[in-house]
Amino acid sequence: MSLATLILAAEPVAADAVRAGLDWAVLVENALDVFTVAFLLGGLFFVLAGSIGVLRLPDFYTRLHAAGVTDTLGAELILFALILQADNWQVVAKLLMVAFFLFVTSPTATHAVAHAAWRAGEKPRLGRWKAPALEDEG
Amino acid sequence: MLRFATILLFALAATWWVLSGYTKPLLLSLGAISLALVLVICARMRILDRETAPYMTVPQTLAYFGWLFVEIIKANIAVVRQIVSPDMEVSPTLTRIPARGKTDLAKTMFANSITLTPGTVSLDVADDHIVVHALLEEMSAPEDFAEMSDRSAWAVGEPDDPHVREGL
Repeated sequence: MSLATLILAAEPVAADAVRAGLDWAVLVENALDVFTVAFLLGGLFFVLAGSIGVLRLPDFYTRLHAAGVTDTLGAELILFALILQADNWQVVAKLLMVAFFLFVTSPTATHAVAHAAWRAGEKPRLGRWKAPALEDEG
Repeated sequence: MLRFATILLFALAATWWVLSGYTKPLLLSLGAISLALVLVICARMRILDRETAPYMTVPQTLAYFGWLFVEIIKANIAVVRQIVSPDMEVSPTLTRIPARGKTDLAKTMFANSITLTPGTVSLDVADDHIVVHALLEEMSAPEDFAEMSDRSAWAVGEPDDPHVREGL
């Protein structure tokens, strides 16, 4: 109540909102949901783009780069969206740890795969490459 | 060595408690026994050193991760732009990037940062250079890697720094 009176004194616009019965807790909760949806959509976009890249790019090494998009921004944005929905600090801490371990282990795994291909003599395709036009595809 | 053992003890205890959240005396004492066992095993393996508990550089490493995250976002956007464009023009390139880091930790940090940034993957790590595969030609300029090399070496505290050398 004292908070409401403070706002009434300070901010005419907010005062209208309080008179209209706007509940601040509800507002914050909705803002969190809006941010969650935004981050989830962003994460989904990058995961989808990474998957399309894995399918469309020409050789093993270039496909690794597309997979990297999924590993980094895609996964981290989705994890961040989940953090916003966490109920208590412990869940937040655990999700932060998941994000951190993903950050540290995914390049190690990517390097292991790339290094194995390199050592096995897989030759990267170099030089400019363009996707074939649609009518050229069988 | 006692320093590293203490740091490791606190780090492990914090991790255990954050993940479990237990407060019952029985479970807490079981956790304490596990901690003691891990410390004894680490001491017997002689791995209680700077590499197991690199505590002096935690603030630098966190600052570096902040910088790296911004670079990752930029690189992601560059790669995704190519992927979603209809003709998907790419120019894969192989480059040798000089690795200035001297310790294994610094080299690992640098090679992992390269791989973590979409568009560049480290294929081979040698003593003085890293073979890098880049998706786009403009991503493979060696001078662009110089900043990342310096920053990653700083993040793990290169042994040029006397404060770090003392712990080796």
